Amino acid sequence: MELTGAEILIRCLQEEGVDCVFGYPGGAVLFIYDALFKQDKVKHVLVRHEQGAAHAADGYSRASNKTGVCLVTSGPGVTNAVTGIATAYMDSIPMVIISGQVPTHAIGQDAFQEVDAVGITRPCVKHNILVKDVRDLALAMKKAFHIARSGRPGPVLVDVPKDVTAASCKFEYPDSISMRSYNPVLKGHPGQIKKAAQLLLDAKRPMIYTGGGVILSDAAAELAGLVKVLGFPCTSTLMGLGGFPGTDAHFLGMLGMHGTFEANMAMQHCDVLLAVGARFDDRVIGNPRHFGEVQRKIVHIDIDPSSISKRVKVDVPIVGNVREVIDDLVKLLQASREKPDAKALKAWWAQIELWKGKDCLRYDRASKIIKPQFVVEKLYEVTKGDAIVTSDVGQHQMWVAQFYKFDKPRRWINSGGLGTMGFGLPAAMGAQFANPKASVTCVTGEASFQMCLQELSTCKQYRLPIKIVCLNNRYMGMVRQWQQFFHGNRYSESYMDALPDFSKLVDSYGHVGMRIENPADVEPALKEAFKRRDELVFLDFITDQSENVFPMVPGGKGISEMILAEEL
Amino acid sequence: MRHIISILLENESGALSRVAGLFSARGYNIESLTVAPTEDPSLSRMTIVTTGSDDVIEQITKQLNKLIDVVKVVDLSESAHIERELMLIKVRAIGKDRDEMKRMTDIFRGRILDVTEHTYTIELTGTGSKLDAFIQAIDRSAILETVRTGASGISRGERVLRA
Repeated sequence: MELTGAEILIRCLQEEGVDCVFGYPGGAVLFIYDALFKQDKVKHVLVRHEQGAAHAADGYSRASNKTGVCLVTSGPGVTNAVTGIATAYMDSIPMVIISGQVPTHAIGQDAFQEVDAVGITRPCVKHNILVKDVRDLALAMKKAFHIARSGRPGPVLVDVPKDVTAASCKFEYPDSISMRSYNPVLKGHPGQIKKAAQLLLDAKRPMIYTGGGVILSDAAAELAGLVKVLGFPCTSTLMGLGGFPGTDAHFLGMLGMHGTFEANMAMQHCDVLLAVGARFDDRVIGNPRHFGEVQRKIVHIDIDPSSISKRVKVDVPIVGNVREVIDDLVKLLQASREKPDAKALKAWWAQIELWKGKDCLRYDRASKIIKPQFVVEKLYEVTKGDAIVTSDVGQHQMWVAQFYKFDKPRRWINSGGLGTMGFGLPAAMGAQFANPKASVTCVTGEASFQMCLQELSTCKQYRLPIKIVCLNNRYMGMVRQWQQFFHGNRYSESYMDALPDFSKLVDSYGHVGMRIENPADVEPALKEAFKRRDELVFLDFITDQSENVFPMVPGGKGISEMILAEEL
Repeated sequence: MRHIISILLENESGALSRVAGLFSARGYNIESLTVAPTEDPSLSRMTIVTTGSDDVIEQITKQLNKLIDVVKVVDLSESAHIERELMLIKVRAIGKDRDEMKRMTDIFRGRILDVTEHTYTIELTGTGSKLDAFIQAIDRSAILETVRTGASGISRGERVLRA
């Protein structure tokens, strides 16, 4: 029996086990929406803006390790989705975007709602495919899912012209696929792993630095095993939080621009560094020349060869899937008669304890104005550290990273690479669809929140009981902080005037809004909000306008050159 | 340093723009780029001449390998190789210049492909520097038009680049 292109698309989604698609209809995708209507296996979630569709699919993927799918129409549909696609690309999130396109005969004619989707998205996708013939559609979809989730994951866009969705052919979905041009390496080289093990055993001041690769390869258990065998200190990037338990004594907190004093100092002064699924980016190691001034041996495990020796030269590169490589490494270490140098390690931990003594995250707990850090600490307590927390971008994002101790992977969902304001709410929707029973919280700021707040309507339509914690300081806080530090207190366009009354705003969508102005009301308000299990609650915390995120490594400085709170 | 990179890639629409886009997005130089299908019409062979430090060249090869359409990448300049470029050059050929042009073409082992009363169109093959040398050797004011293909390269000896 022959199927239309639209029917084939839906069948492909079913074959891939996709249960939920985030999208927005339009002219070029009408046949696809018609095919969606006639079946009930794939649920469609109607967003209010295509950026929301892409972020929701992204959040769905991050919270579940399934491939997120979004469906948008041609022209503005796909250009609106670009920010979401780029966000997923920067954080290596597996995602398939299906975009409608004008009919093949109209391509290149400047047709209504025509845009070169493949051209526009090329720099921000792992791969993209324009399907010009319905007979190529099933294979294109198979390739898209295969590429999106294998190797270093990423978004893949499939652009489908309207006439292709209307044309028919026989449907056959391939069971497996092999591509001569794409064969990611999974197993690490045994010789390299051996060298790495020896370096780790010989280390006097070792450090383990982990990133998003641990989450993406589901390697949290293996990483915990490795730290147990070695007893080494461990830090994580913003993207890696939850990959190693945040409450474990070996964990020094996040490193980088707003990392803890102890994590950054240990990173700078270690003699052997094991980098696991992390990429030494500018927000993590600051100035690479300053980082290179200290002699140390670096072992780098990453599935993407181009991440290795890109910003920092490494001594033992290991290309492979993080989980498999760590597993091999642990087995090797367990079988070895040698043990880590206990005496050296003891001295190193003593040094780290001294650094910890700085208490670099302290803030004024007696403040009469709500401190944003206090809200995050209370959120951690009230949710017992067990919520899925999404965030937008800015100060609030850093405070969650510093104060919410993630013990499990896929609980912390934020836009690390691209830094996309507006990500938090739609990502929380995706996370909630992926885990209908989980408690999902979006921590945001009044500036970020206004970038995608139309999705409040989607939340109502699908009864998503998300808790939105808004740290409202009436400023674009991170911009203001940089202006204070580096631009002579000239707060150019970073003040938010004419803010809506958020309680009334969410009320008009049928949600619950609360405004909290006193520190004493923070905990009761959070408790009250989380008691409302079936409702979306927006908590508008009026916080200290002048609070800054510390420690801070100024741009271009080395990671041990931090500004601490007391120095200001 | 100058490097000559050979790429075997799927002969699909858009493959060229992926490579070109990669170079512009990451700020790498392209001195020249040539591409055409191979004996297997599903594959294209591309030669890129670029310059950069060892670190940059390492990143270029890694980033190229990361493109889904790219099957193989090799830096030909790492070992013995042959490179050739084709130039077509139209020159003014009148009076005593006419003989001189013919002589220079012979010295550089070029061929005159087209003749008019006033012009010669000369075909010349060689390394880029040989073509440069020809341009240097003739009277610059006699040049009416030049078109160069950019370098194509292949390894010497028994090394082959295949899918």
